[in-house]
Amino acid sequence: MIDETVDKSKRQFLTTALTVVGAVGTGYLAIPFLSQMQPSVKAMAAGAPVEVDISKIEPGQLIRVAWRGKPVWVLQRSPEVLATLTTLDNKLSDPQSNQSSQPDSSKNPVRSMKPEIFVAVGLCTHLGCSPTFRPEVAPHDLGVEWQGGFFCPCHGSWFDLAGRVYKGVPAPTNLEVPPYRYVTDTQIIIGEAAEEKIA
Amino acid sequence: MKKLLSLFLLLLSVNVFASGGVDLQEADIDLGDKVSLQRGAKHFVTYCLGCHSAKQIRYLRIAKDLGLDEKHVLKDIAPEGAGIYEQLHSAMNKHDAEKWFGTQPPDLSLIARSRGADWLYSYLKGFYVDKNRPFGVNNAIFEDVGMPNPLWQLQGEQQPIFEVNGEKRVLEKLISSSAGTQSPEEFDRTVNDLVNFLVYVGEPVQLERQEMGKYVIFYLLMFLVISYFLKKEYWKDVH
Amino acid sequence: MNLKPTRLRMCGNWILERFPLAQVWNEHMAHYYAPKNFNFWYFFGSLALLVLVNQFVTGILLTMNYKPDAKLAFDSVEYIMRDVSWGWLVRYMHSTGASAFFIVIYLHMFRGLLYGSFKQPRELIWIFGMLLFVALMAEAFMGYLLPWGQMSYWGAQVIISLFSAIPVIGDDLSLWIRGDYVISDATLNRFFAFHVIAVPLVLVLLVFMHIVALHEVGSNNPDGVDIKKSKDPWGHPVDGIPFHPYYTVKDVVGVAVFLLFFATVIFYMPEMGGYFLEHANFIPADPMKTPEHIAPVWYFTPFYSILRAIPDKFAGVIGMGGSIVVLFLLPWLDRGKVKSIRYRGGIYKKALMLFVISFIALGYLGTQPVTPLATIMARIFTAIYFGFFLLMPIYTRWEKLKPVPNHLTMQPTLEERIPEMIAVFNEVIETQSVTTEDGETVSKTRFNPTGAKNVLVRTAKNLKESLD
Repeated sequence: MIDETVDKSKRQFLTTALTVVGAVGTGYLAIPFLSQMQPSVKAMAAGAPVEVDISKIEPGQLIRVAWRGKPVWVLQRSPEVLATLTTLDNKLSDPQSNQSSQPDSSKNPVRSMKPEIFVAVGLCTHLGCSPTFRPEVAPHDLGVEWQGGFFCPCHGSWFDLAGRVYKGVPAPTNLEVPPYRYVTDTQIIIGEAAEEKIA
Repeated sequence: MKKLLSLFLLLLSVNVFASGGVDLQEADIDLGDKVSLQRGAKHFVTYCLGCHSAKQIRYLRIAKDLGLDEKHVLKDIAPEGAGIYEQLHSAMNKHDAEKWFGTQPPDLSLIARSRGADWLYSYLKGFYVDKNRPFGVNNAIFEDVGMPNPLWQLQGEQQPIFEVNGEKRVLEKLISSSAGTQSPEEFDRTVNDLVNFLVYVGEPVQLERQEMGKYVIFYLLMFLVISYFLKKEYWKDVH
Repeated sequence: MNLKPTRLRMCGNWILERFPLAQVWNEHMAHYYAPKNFNFWYFFGSLALLVLVNQFVTGILLTMNYKPDAKLAFDSVEYIMRDVSWGWLVRYMHSTGASAFFIVIYLHMFRGLLYGSFKQPRELIWIFGMLLFVALMAEAFMGYLLPWGQMSYWGAQVIISLFSAIPVIGDDLSLWIRGDYVISDATLNRFFAFHVIAVPLVLVLLVFMHIVALHEVGSNNPDGVDIKKSKDPWGHPVDGIPFHPYYTVKDVVGVAVFLLFFATVIFYMPEMGGYFLEHANFIPADPMKTPEHIAPVWYFTPFYSILRAIPDKFAGVIGMGGSIVVLFLLPWLDRGKVKSIRYRGGIYKKALMLFVISFIALGYLGTQPVTPLATIMARIFTAIYFGFFLLMPIYTRWEKLKPVPNHLTMQPTLEERIPEMIAVFNEVIETQSVTTEDGETVSKTRFNPTGAKNVLVRTAKNLKESLD
């Protein structure tokens, strides 16, 4: 049945051509199929920037707002807390936030645009639990070392009140600071970057 | 048993929703006409959104598809206070709606897909004066509809001409009895823009879909040609 | 560079020594000998498989965003159409795929009627195929409720109410199916479960059995000749060719043509004039208000017409059920000794033609509102539908059969027919050279009535001859 005079190279060429064209087509078809699992417009709507009124926050108080479905903390820090933060550097794994994620405007030791107002995504950088807010110093359960900060109940990571991670805990980096900007002195928008100063 | 029987009767019943003696007029739908869609969006928010929602579409999508700036949409088209991600919700609450109209005005997101553009066009132009109806108007396309004419100031009033056929009165045509703020041509354009917008809202992806179809079909033709030659090559073996 | 392929091959061998992949491939593809004369009608089996895969992939993607909840279902479909990236494409592929499935399956079944593929020894293949058809109808019916539009709701209401026609247990049965006194959230939720899990599993199992049964006895062909009767010295059928590569490359051409139609519908007419997506289904389900005119989706309309044609409720349900049951009995109703229509008598050809006409007519009538005339027509066509099957044991005995060849015959392909078609075209449309006033010679085409008459007479004669 098989003819000896078959033009094998033509057959090979056509097979390859069809395979390539077919693969390209399948690839293009995969784009819609895969991207339909991307966040939808509804998810993006939930991810829209949120406005927060910070005038009602008292010193030492922390409020939580949802941004992209994540808890975002806004904390009013007292001068004493800010003073304590400067003494912790040698216990921290990334005190200058070189390995951590934050907008440039918050890349400083207190990790915020204005020192007294601290904004951070309230999810541990280890495996995504939300750490608890423990502002008290040396409580019974955390020991005398504790200078006030955030404690992750899942795997025991320690963060100070600037969201900086301690040495020797599972979390690799400091808490993430989301992009935010001040509309007025008492109003911030989380999710919109501050206008960067272009050097 | 009775329930079933009545169900079957409903099923088998002929279109009881006949449109009287007036034929549908043809709407000129062109989704590529962005300016018409923009005008239609504005008319929709002005004349329809008071009672009807279009909850399946967001202002963001309208901005994107109609080639408008987000800020422009919020300022010029959307009612005050609406967010860009919001859907076109009506300001009227459920309770008021049922008090005023006896029912909730339907959402209009898909009205163009269930009714068709020509029906909507003829319906919006089909209101006429009828003192027996609660809102003083009736409709040539949708008899005894429980909706006032939102565009009456633009159109003016229309009087019906009936053809009396024994006992039956059949609506023959409508004639204008008082002029509105728009000329008949302007009014036709307004209604057409509005219907054009509703067709767009029914399936916002329509234009993109047709655009994309060309490439898919071109690709498949290419695939067909190669596969045909491959088949022919292999089938040389078969006597 | 030399090392890599060997390692790959070693990896491959490791698997092949433990899993009979090569055997399966050979048995069902490379060494499966299929008759070499498959024609147009033989594309639809593999196309059905393609559509099944399409429905699975798009269906899985749709479940990721669809909400089987009476309050959320309708909006979640629109959410897929608008807010989910590419959701519209996936949804249209699924909705068009549903209709495409039935088109392909109806043509596939018609092939069986043409060439006697249901006859001995392929009865079981036919039975599995019919079970597949029934499962597919259940799948389509339950899937149609999910968008929760007006047609979804009232269509389901009517069809489930059919069960209440069964004496004694009917009312309780329909109540049990719905899980409520009307179609409700409970019904939607269970239909979702059936549509996405239970019935698809049954479909896969049946497809598997359908193919296993087919490959056990081998494929039929347009001549209805058993190719296993004459084998070459190596034991391969003389008239057979390996499925792979010959039919794989041929089916790919079929797939390409099918996809062209499929894509045209998806991108340019996804509603198909209200047949694939009905207009009233763009209105959310309203248990208080029935739409002015309900018709089932087109693929159910022939059976629906039979239901409406019979003036008694219980008899109507029996008639509708019976119209599907008779299909199962086909292998035993047909007493004809020959498989292919090519060698069957004129009586079967005429009967089949009448059957096809009445099936299409019933389908059309099912989409239309009922009028007295339409009811009479539907009754006539229902009688023909059942007559085709129930009278089969009688009329197939009288058949004047034509001699069946020992070997397959090769019919001219479409390409080989092109000169013939050009000749016919030239006969109908005359081309004349005319000299215009300017002295230029222009060829003018003109319709030739005598030529057209000759062509028509010839076609009629051929048709009559083939029907005798």
